[in-house]
Amino acid sequence: MEVTIGVPPPEAYLDHAASTPARPEVVEAMLPWLAEHWGNPTGAHARGRAARRAVDEAREPVAELLGCSGGEIVFTSGGTEADDLAVNGVLDAVGGMALCSAIEHHAVLDPVVHRGGAIVPVDRRGVLDCAALADMLDAAGAAAATGDGPDVTVVSVMVANNEVGTIQPLTHIAEVVARHAPAAVMHTDAVQAAAWCDVAALAAGVPLVSLSGHKIGGPKGIGALAIRPGVALAPRLRGGGQERGRRSGTHNVAGIVGLGVAAQLVLEHRTQLAATVGAMRDRLEAALVAIEGVSVTVAAGGSAPPERLPTISHLCVSGVDSEALLFLLDDAGVAASAASSCASGATESSHVLAAMGVPAADARGSLRLSLGWTTDDTTIDRVIEVMPAAVARLRLFDVSSSERS
Amino acid sequence: MTTAPTGSPRRVMVAMSGGVDSSVAAALLVAAGHDVVGVTLRLWGGDSDSGCCSVADVDDARRVAQQLDIDHHVFNMSDEFTTHVVGPYVADHAAGRTPNPCIECNRHLKFDRLLHRARALGFDSVATGHHARVVTDADGVRRIARGADAAKDQSYVLYMLDADALAMIELPVGDMTKDRVRVMATDLGLRTADKPDSQDVCFITSTEGRRGFLETRVELHPGRLVDTDGNEVGEVDAVELVTVGQRRGLGMSGTGDHRFAVAVDITTRTVTVGSRDQMLTDTTVCQRVTWSGAAVHGEVLAQASAHGDPLAATVTPVAPVAASTDSPDDGDGDVDSHDDGDVDSHDDGDGDSTIEVRWHQPVRRIAAGQSVVFYRNDMVLGGGVVV
Repeated sequence: MEVTIGVPPPEAYLDHAASTPARPEVVEAMLPWLAEHWGNPTGAHARGRAARRAVDEAREPVAELLGCSGGEIVFTSGGTEADDLAVNGVLDAVGGMALCSAIEHHAVLDPVVHRGGAIVPVDRRGVLDCAALADMLDAAGAAAATGDGPDVTVVSVMVANNEVGTIQPLTHIAEVVARHAPAAVMHTDAVQAAAWCDVAALAAGVPLVSLSGHKIGGPKGIGALAIRPGVALAPRLRGGGQERGRRSGTHNVAGIVGLGVAAQLVLEHRTQLAATVGAMRDRLEAALVAIEGVSVTVAAGGSAPPERLPTISHLCVSGVDSEALLFLLDDAGVAASAASSCASGATESSHVLAAMGVPAADARGSLRLSLGWTTDDTTIDRVIEVMPAAVARLRLFDVSSSERS
Repeated sequence: MTTAPTGSPRRVMVAMSGGVDSSVAAALLVAAGHDVVGVTLRLWGGDSDSGCCSVADVDDARRVAQQLDIDHHVFNMSDEFTTHVVGPYVADHAAGRTPNPCIECNRHLKFDRLLHRARALGFDSVATGHHARVVTDADGVRRIARGADAAKDQSYVLYMLDADALAMIELPVGDMTKDRVRVMATDLGLRTADKPDSQDVCFITSTEGRRGFLETRVELHPGRLVDTDGNEVGEVDAVELVTVGQRRGLGMSGTGDHRFAVAVDITTRTVTVGSRDQMLTDTTVCQRVTWSGAAVHGEVLAQASAHGDPLAATVTPVAPVAASTDSPDDGDGDVDSHDDGDVDSHDDGDGDSTIEVRWHQPVRRIAAGQSVVFYRNDMVLGGGVVV
C-alpha cells in the first residue's frame, strides 16, 4: 500500500509537545535495524546476538538520561504504556490505591481513576498542592489502619506538564510521600521534561520514571519505564519474558536503537539547546502578550510564572475560540494546538486548565505554542507576524461576548 | 425563480456528517472547482449510535475528505449543543411538550454557530447535504424550496433560515434524487455510498431509547388518563413521555374504539384521551415564528411534520409585536408588504411573535413543541413552534 503524503510540512511548526521530528542521526541509526539486521534479539545465533547487542547498548544512554542503570530500563511501546505499567503494575502487585495530580496526562489520569484512585489538586500555576497531598495520604493511611479503606501504594506526579509546562517540585513531593506514606511508590511521567530538564536530578528520589521516544527526537512507538530495584511491579504483558519478564513482546529493535541515539543526543545538547530555545520562547511570548487580551496562562493576575519548560508558551486569548484561531493559524502555515484532542479529532476542553481554575471564558481561547530542536527565528517571526491579524479577525466576528440565545 | 448561482470558484465549507449526502455534496463542489474544506461538528459527547456525533461517522467524513483530497476539520460545538439542543429537549419534555431537536440543532448550531464560524474564517459559503434547494423568489427573496426527491425532501427542517443564512448556504444535492446521490457516490468510490440514512435523534441510542435518555435527566411522573368529559379511564407511567396524537402505549388498546392522547397537562399530570373526531382541531397557535422574507399573513400551505401533507390554511398574527399596525389579513394570499420591512424580526430565533393557523379542513392536533412550516407551492415561507 502506498501511503500518500498530501500535505507539505507546515511553514512554522510550533507543536513540538505533540511530536517533535526525529533527529537525522536517529533515523540513520535505525535504518539498518529495519533492513539488514532484522534478527530477533532473543535468538541464539549471530543474527540474534547482533540485535541483542544493539538493544543492550541503547539502554545505556536511556538509563543515563533517567538517572538509573541499564538493567533498570524496560522498553515499552511509548509513554502511555510506560505510565500504564507503572500505575497498574504497582496496583496489580501490591493492591492499595493510586494518587495522581489533577494535571497528569490522560495516560496516568485515566488508569488512576479507572482503578478507583484519587486526584490531588494543583494551584493556579499548575503546581501540586503538597498540603493536600499530605492530608490525602494521612487520611488514606488512617482509613487503612482501621480497615476502612485502601492505603496509597503509588503516587504519580509528572515532572513537567505537557499543556502549560509547569515543572513540579518533585524532590519536595517525594519527601512528602516518604513522610506520610513510607510504603508508597512514586512514579513520574518525564515524557515532556526529558528533552529539556535534568530528569536524572529532578527525579533522583523517584523509583518509576516514564519516557517517550518521539518527544525527545526519537521515533514514535517506543518508550521506556525506569524501574528502580525494590519496586514490586506486576507485568502487564506476559509472554516471552523479554525485559526480565517485566514486559513481554519481541523488542522493537530499530525503535530502541533510535531511542538510544535520541537520548544520547539529548545528553549532549540539552543544556545549550534549552537556553537557545528558551530565549526564542521568551521572545515569542513577549511579542504575543503585547497583543491586547493575550496573557500567559500560568502567570495569571500578574503572578510570577512557576518554574516551567523553556519550550512551552501557553496563552489565553480573550474573545476568540481556540478552534477558530488554530484554523486561521493553520491556514497561515502555523501549526499550534489548543488542548488535547479526542478520538474524533475535536478539541476537548482541558482538564489541566480546569484543575488550575482557569475560568472557562479564558480557557475558550487557549493556545499552546511549543518549540523544539528544529525551531528557528524564522518560525518565531512568522507567528509574531500572523497572530495579531488572526486574533483581530476573530474578535471582529466574536459572538460569545454578546451571546445570542 | 432561479437556483443559486454557480459562478466563479468560491471558498466553501462543507458540513460533512459522515453520510452519503454530504459526501456527494463535497464531491460536487470539488468537481466544480471550488476551494473546499470539510468540517464535521462534534455535538454530543455522550453515547451515540450514529449521526454527527459518533467517532465512526467522523472517521467516514474524514476518509471521504481524504479521498477528495480536501482538508477536514472537526469543530467541537458540544457545549453549544448541550445549551441549545439537549437542554431545551429535556426541558420541553419535562413541560409536557414534544420537541424536535433536529430543528433546534439547525437553528442554533448548523445555521448559526457554524455559519458564523465560516464567516469568521473567511469562507464564502457553507454547504450541507440536505435535500432541499435555495431559490430566489419572484420578489427577489431567497427561500428554501423542496428538494427534487419528494420522498427525501428536508425543506421542513430548514424553515428557520433567514436572509443572512440563505445568502450563505448552498445545498448541492437538492436537485438530485437520493438514488442519483448514491449512484454518484458509488461511481466516485466513496466509502459512504451504501451507508444507511440516519433516522433518529443522534443523542438517543437505540439501546437506551428516549425514555432511558430522559429518565436520567428529569423526574418522570405517573399520570391519569381522563376522557373528554373528565372521567378517569386509566393511567400512564410517565406523563412526560406522552405525545399529543399518540395512540399506542396508553393501555387502552382493548377498549375497541381507538383512543388518542388529545391533551397533556403536566401540572395536573393528566392526559386527556378522545376519539379520532375529538382529536381533530381547526386551529393551531405557533410561537417563535420566523420568515425567510417579510412576514406572511393569509393563505398558505402548512405542513406539521417532516413528511406530512401540506394542507391549506390561513395564517393570522395573534400577538403582533409592539407598535405593529398590521392591517387585518386581506385574504388574497399575498405576502404582506411591510413598509418598515423589519416587522417580526426574528434574529434571535426566540422571538415572541405568535400566529394562529386556521386549517381549512380540520387536522389532527399537533403536539406542543412540534413545528409547523408554511409553504407557497414548493417554497418555504417560514414556520413556527406549536404552543
